[in-house]
Amino acid sequence: MKLFSSFGQYLLMLRGTIRKPENSKMYWKEFMHQSVEIGYGSLGIVVIISIFMGAVSAVQTAYQLVSPLIPKETIALIVRDTVILEFAPTLICIVLAGVVGSKIASELGNMRVSEQIDALEIMGINTKSYLVAPKVLGALLTIPLLVIISMVLGIYGGRLASSLGELVAADAFDRGLQSGFVIKNVYIGLAKAYTFAFIISSVSSYFGYYVRGGALEIGRASTAAVITSCVMILIADYAIAYLFL
Amino acid sequence: MIEIKNVKKSFGTKEVLKGVNAVFEKGKINIIIGASGSGKTVLQKCMVGLLKIDSGEILFDGRDFVTMSSEDKKLLRQQLGMLFQGAALFDSMTVEQNVMFPLDMFTDWERKEKLDRVNFVLERVDLKGSNSKRPDELSGGMKKRVGIARAIVLKPKYLFVDEPNSGLDPRTSRLIDTLIHDITKENNITTVVNSHDMNSVMEIGENILYLDQGRNGWSGTSKDVLFSKHENLNNFIFASEFFRDARDMRILEVKGLIEDERDMEKILREGLKSSGSDPSS
Repeated sequence: MKLFSSFGQYLLMLRGTIRKPENSKMYWKEFMHQSVEIGYGSLGIVVIISIFMGAVSAVQTAYQLVSPLIPKETIALIVRDTVILEFAPTLICIVLAGVVGSKIASELGNMRVSEQIDALEIMGINTKSYLVAPKVLGALLTIPLLVIISMVLGIYGGRLASSLGELVAADAFDRGLQSGFVIKNVYIGLAKAYTFAFIISSVSSYFGYYVRGGALEIGRASTAAVITSCVMILIADYAIAYLFL
Repeated sequence: MIEIKNVKKSFGTKEVLKGVNAVFEKGKINIIIGASGSGKTVLQKCMVGLLKIDSGEILFDGRDFVTMSSEDKKLLRQQLGMLFQGAALFDSMTVEQNVMFPLDMFTDWERKEKLDRVNFVLERVDLKGSNSKRPDELSGGMKKRVGIARAIVLKPKYLFVDEPNSGLDPRTSRLIDTLIHDITKENNITTVVNSHDMNSVMEIGENILYLDQGRNGWSGTSKDVLFSKHENLNNFIFASEFFRDARDMRILEVKGLIEDERDMEKILREGLKSSGSDPSS
């Protein structure tokens, strides 16, 4: 029962975000601020994870491809498709659910507990559209960009690991990358990125916005936001894979 | 003027406000007092629209806040200022950005105009030059003063203050009280204060509403309080011997039996002489 009422409250919150802004300039400023916070703020961790993710993927694929009948270029092909279809969108978004999701939930939770949200309400500001919408839009703009960066860096990481570990020569890796490339995979990866970006930002905003209590509840809300976002991402990941592949 | 008529509010089966009626006059400091759980905060939250009432009317200069359209509510809210118990400053912003926020949101003034107004209100609350400080660099009293500056920057018609003196030392409390008093008088604002602090009630309170378990317990002026026969009110306000003594002194003052600016040493000397005791011993 609680699940249904929470879901209803979540939908009402989303509906509340679609309102005419009191001052477009202020909303734009908040949107840009959130875009920088979410996008630029997570860039470092995305770069590191992506390079190592691609590198590990290359090393493990090479380890398993022992048959002399399979050309070494296949490693590049497998790294490319794994990174584009799964690692970049899903793994990165699970990490972002932790990094961005907990930040959003604790920021809004702190604002709720310290009556900052009430202060905005009393001023006549629609807090759902002023506080939640810029976060969701900021995430929808920047998380897919981070996923694209992750795709590129993941493949580059695989190439680097392959040539440094003498698994595949760089030119052979490049040939493998170009063989059997399907653009649809990139679209599916991006569809996942947009879906997950929406899940991370809206679910975390929901948990933060409706916090009741004190500091302890803010921590609990952050944890709940991360766990729920991760579970939702995995369910959505399966649904997209099932529908489009 | 704010008028509330038969306001009721429940949370589940618990009825918190059981038909409260009150009139908060313009240009005066109207104080709501009552024991914890008596419904003061709920009443104030209902008045500013943070909580929806179950029934009744909340009239701001004759306009019913409950039934007005959301657009009208938005416009009315721009005429409300509120100082929260914890000041509720936006902690990601500096003092200047906090105070300028309502101007940024609701005016199309040039930056210089906005800055002039911000500096004016900051000077008014005695925080000149604190523009670049962040909330975590401020003391409790300074936070409250920034909260007051933010609440009055749009020149509100109605000012709501929730527990202005909680967590403050007596001297700072007095400073905040004086500030609320002066701002109310200067701008002819309808001010509604929720307070537990009996010093505030007696020093700046003009109209007092005592809530007793969600009902109108008593209402009157700060002078009327002194002569009230309401048992619950007296037990609440004059709970300690110190406050009872203070009340007795104030009664003597009001009746003209002792002067406001009295010489206590002289009074004591004369009192001891007349009772036959030697004051030097």
